[in-house]
Amino acid sequence: MKKYTDSGKVDTRSGFGAGLTELGRNNPNVVALCADLVGSLKMQEFIDENPERFFQVGIAEANMMGMAAGLTIGGKIPFAGTFANFATGRVYDQIRQSIAYSGKNVKICASHSGVTLGEDGATHQILEDIGLMKMLPGMTVINTCDFNQTKAATIAVAEHDGPVYLRFGRPKVANFTPEDQKFEIGKAVNLYEGEDVTIIATGHLVWEAIQAAEALSEKGISAEVINIHTIKPLDQEAIINSVKKTGCVVTAEEHNFLGGLGESVARTLTENHPAPQEFIATKDTFGESGTPGQLFEKYGLNAAAIIKATEKVLKRK
Amino acid sequence: MAIISNNTFKMSDIQELKDFATQVRRDILRQVHKVNSGHPGGSLGCTEFFTALYKEIMEHNPDFDMDGKNEDLFFLSNGHISPVFYSVLSRCGYFPVEELATFRHIDSRLQGHPTTHEGLPGVRVASGSLGQGMSVAIGAAQAKKLNKDNHLVYSLHGDGELQEGQNWEAIMYAAGNKVDNLIATIDYNGQQIDGSTETVLPMGNLKAKFEAFGWDVMEIKDGNDLGQVIDGLKEAKTRTGKGKPVCIIMTTVMGNGVDFMMHTHAWHGKAPNDEQLETALAQNPETLGDY
Repeated sequence: MKKYTDSGKVDTRSGFGAGLTELGRNNPNVVALCADLVGSLKMQEFIDENPERFFQVGIAEANMMGMAAGLTIGGKIPFAGTFANFATGRVYDQIRQSIAYSGKNVKICASHSGVTLGEDGATHQILEDIGLMKMLPGMTVINTCDFNQTKAATIAVAEHDGPVYLRFGRPKVANFTPEDQKFEIGKAVNLYEGEDVTIIATGHLVWEAIQAAEALSEKGISAEVINIHTIKPLDQEAIINSVKKTGCVVTAEEHNFLGGLGESVARTLTENHPAPQEFIATKDTFGESGTPGQLFEKYGLNAAAIIKATEKVLKRK
Repeated sequence: MAIISNNTFKMSDIQELKDFATQVRRDILRQVHKVNSGHPGGSLGCTEFFTALYKEIMEHNPDFDMDGKNEDLFFLSNGHISPVFYSVLSRCGYFPVEELATFRHIDSRLQGHPTTHEGLPGVRVASGSLGQGMSVAIGAAQAKKLNKDNHLVYSLHGDGELQEGQNWEAIMYAAGNKVDNLIATIDYNGQQIDGSTETVLPMGNLKAKFEAFGWDVMEIKDGNDLGQVIDGLKEAKTRTGKGKPVCIIMTTVMGNGVDFMMHTHAWHGKAPNDEQLETALAQNPETLGDY
């Protein structure tokens, strides 16, 4: 079995910052906006190198989204960054009308998604943002799993013409995807080939899925692991082909099971190849204060939970 | 590029512009009557503003290009007055005048509220959900600065619309960041759907509020006097580039030009019936030809 190695724990938001810096050097049309969270979004290097291309809007996310829409008129490619909660739910109608419905080439960059921003608690966490964003016609939704993938995705979305929701986070997590891996929007990445079960994971849960697959292998269970970094458009072909082979699926995401990746996978399978599915996700609840590890444990979002769900879904085959 | 440059205005042309405005009023009335829906009141009140802006003030290109480089841009924030916007765009050559007959109909590019979604030339952002246009206009103005494009960005907002909080985020930003290539006009008609702004939510002294935020504020006392609107907008242009965004508080009468629609909010979002249309059109005789 192939071993994935962690090249050193680092936060996905730093991957965003690194990608933005590279874009700043290579693409003169890229501009950035932030609502008083420059440090948290790791945008300082871009700002230092391109002060004229950065717009600090203050604590005013609605204005930031509208300004980002306006900046596209004139050919700019705006990257608007804040916490996932304030980048989606707080400004849903601004995104809906001024960006999505208007077809504007805005990249909404959301850090501190899910529960793993930790101690700040539920006011700053969000477990509904994937659902909110994927329901908007024309919106691309991406949830990256590590530093390298977040950096690659940040660079890739600049080449995509249309609104994008790019979701990443705060905790330091394993960095295991190849540094030179090209990021293809809408194209699933197969991490392990397997025969017994398909584990489809996104974001911080991908590393947990790898850990789970390794443990399952020791128990004689062969798990196929798919890294779905793009939730919309979903790589339906990869999902259907894998489940045709394995016959059951576990989805894993740091998000509410209502509206998340799991539901998109379930709809895909119901329409094409119905199969038993278990959902690793929060179950219609808000988060709370705690360390990322404690929260993953309490809300059943780790490798142990994936292993349990796999054993359960295998019995339903 | 077929830029309409409006630098050759002579006072003798004022009658031409008045005739244009009269035809626009007819277009507004006929659009909303045909589909028995839409917002004639605010549209009629802003007819002179749109006429002045598109026929006299802005350099703009009816061979529409979304990026709008090297031309002036306009953003309509109070999107419900789409009938006046559509009429003026079509009569400036953005799309065929005949298309006004499709307003609010199925499969039309002329949606109830303006949108880019169906690709209607002249519209650069969707509006209708209120309070969002100023932010978009500021973004477009900042893009112009980055592009070293000296053209201006104009926007129009309802007075009632200023009750939306996002405006004040935008107003604070524009002054704080010296967005001085922006002229935002407030349609100060004192009316909104549920009644007068005074009864629905009193907004106090708007001029003082904008000034307190750091804007250069001027007034157009009679926004239905074409000469005053033209002079006011020309004056506003001279105030740009001086470190402050420019606000025009433009007093208008909702329903202007149709006697029974004036001085009331009753026609904010109501179409005239056949008889009322006939009366209204008789007060605005055909000038450029109906579509």
